[in-house]
Amino acid sequence: MSRVARAQLAVVCGFFAVLELLTRAGAIGPLTMIPPSAMAARLWTMLMDGEINAAMAQTFANVAIAFALSVGLGFAAGLTIHGLPRLRRLFDPLLASYYAVPFFVFYPLLIALFGLNRWPLVAIGLVFGAAAMVIATLNGLDRVPPVLRKLARAHGLGRAQAILLVVLPAAAPHLFTGLKLSLAYSFIGVIAGEFILSGSGLGHAIADAYDSFDNPTMYALMLFVVALAISLNAALHVWEQRMMARRSRR
Amino acid sequence: MPATGDPRARLSGVTKVFDTGNRQGTVHALGPVDLDLAAGEFVTVVGPSGCGKTTLLETLAGLTSPSAGTVAFEGKPVLGKVPRGIGIVFQEDASLPWLTVWDNIAFGLRRAGLAADEIRARVDYAVSFMGLGAFAAAYPAQLSGGMRQRVCIARTLVLQPRLILLDEPFGALDQQTRLLMGDEVLRLWRETKASVLLITHAIDEAVMLADRVGILSARPGRFIELVETGWPASRSSRIVAEEAFGRLTAHIWSKLRVEAMKALGRVGEVSRAGP
Repeated sequence: MSRVARAQLAVVCGFFAVLELLTRAGAIGPLTMIPPSAMAARLWTMLMDGEINAAMAQTFANVAIAFALSVGLGFAAGLTIHGLPRLRRLFDPLLASYYAVPFFVFYPLLIALFGLNRWPLVAIGLVFGAAAMVIATLNGLDRVPPVLRKLARAHGLGRAQAILLVVLPAAAPHLFTGLKLSLAYSFIGVIAGEFILSGSGLGHAIADAYDSFDNPTMYALMLFVVALAISLNAALHVWEQRMMARRSRR
Repeated sequence: MPATGDPRARLSGVTKVFDTGNRQGTVHALGPVDLDLAAGEFVTVVGPSGCGKTTLLETLAGLTSPSAGTVAFEGKPVLGKVPRGIGIVFQEDASLPWLTVWDNIAFGLRRAGLAADEIRARVDYAVSFMGLGAFAAAYPAQLSGGMRQRVCIARTLVLQPRLILLDEPFGALDQQTRLLMGDEVLRLWRETKASVLLITHAIDEAVMLADRVGILSARPGRFIELVETGWPASRSSRIVAEEAFGRLTAHIWSKLRVEAMKALGRVGEVSRAGP
C-alpha cells in the first residue's frame, strides 16, 4: 500500500473513530445518530437474517440493468453523434446543459408510462447514467490523435476494424471515466427513485425506516449503500489504474 | 536506376485543392507535380513550410485523393486506399500506447494474417535491427521520442514494403539523433532494396540521404528542380564532411531561399535581394 493510500485509509478510519466517540459520549444524541459500531452490528444481523435480501436483489438488478443500458446506449449514441458533425452541433449544447435538468420531477410521468414496477426506476437510472457515457465517449473520440486514424488506414483496416483495434483502445481512458460516472449515476438514480415513490428496494427500505423512527435500521442501510457504492467505484478505479500504469511514464 | 517497365511509383500532373469550408473558398495546396520513383531509388523532398510536402506524400500513399492528375504504384492506379506494399512512417508519434514495443511492431503483421512463426521471426529481427532488444517488453511511454520513432519505423519495416514513405520522421528529434537516425534509414534502405520517399525541411538531411533531391516551391508546391546527388549506395552521415555535400547543400539553399521567403510573405525583399 502506498503512503497516500495509507493516509487516505487513516482519514476514513479517523472519521469513524471520532463519530464513535462523539455518539458514545453523548455529544451527538441517539435520536440524531447512532454509533458506527451499532450501525455495523445492526447491518450484520440484517444481512445474516436475510431481512433485506429481497430489497438488495431488486435494487442490484435495477442498478445493473440501468448501468448496462447506460453504457451500451450511451456509447452507441456517442459513436453515432461523433460520426455525424451536423448532429453533433445539434446535441453539444443539449449535452452541456443536460445535468441542469432535475429529472426526478419526471418520475411520476415515468410511472404513468411504465406502471408501478421496476422499469420507471431503471429508466431514471438510465436517464441519469447514459448522458455521462455519451459525453465521455465524445471526449474520448475527440482525443484520438489523427495520426492513429491515418495509421489504421495505412494498414488497410476497414472502418469497423479501425474502431475496434485503434480508436477504442486510444479512447479507453475517457471511456473508463464514462463507465465510472455511469455506474455512480445509475446507482443514484435507482436508489433515489426507490426512496421517493417505490414500494420496495433499498431506497424504499431506508425511507420506511425513517418514517417509523427505526434509527438503527436506517443508519445500517445508509452505511450499506454508501459502502457499496464506494467499493464498486474503487474496484473500477483499481482496474483503471492497472490499465493506465502501462501508458504513463513511471 | 533500372529502366525496364513501369517505375515503382508515378505521380502525373497531381494537383490538390482543398475546400476550406469557409468564406475563403478553396486553397490550392499542391501541384501540378510529376515524379517517377524508380525501383530501389531514394528520393527526398524539401520545401518551405506549407508548400504541400505532406499532401504530396499522402496523395502518393492513397491517404488523400488528388484533385487532378493520377497516382500509380507498380503500374496500378492508387485510388483512395493505401495499396499493399506501401509502408508509411508519420511525422507525429504513431506508436500505440497500449501495446508493448514488440506488439506495436507486430501490429501490421497480425492484420496481414501471417503465421505466428513468421510474425515472431520478422518482429524479432526488426527489434534487433533497430536496436530495440532491451525494450521489446516496454511500453512506448517508457521510451524516448527517438526510440518511439524507431518502433514506428520497425513496424513499417516488418511489412517488407516495396515503397517506404517517411513524412519528416525525425522532425521532432534533436540534430545529433537525426543524423544517426538518417544512418539507420540508409541501412534499412540498403537492406530492403525498397524505394524510399522522404519528406523533410532539413536540407542537410535531404542531401545526405538521397539519390535525388526534389525542391518544392512555396504553395502551391511544384518541383523547381530535381537534383541528382551521385552518392554511392554505401553512403552514411559521414558524407556531410565532403566538399560535394557543401556544394549541393548551397545550391539547394540558393533555390529554396527565395521560396522560403515567399512562404513567409516577404516577396518584396526577394526581388530587392536578387538571386
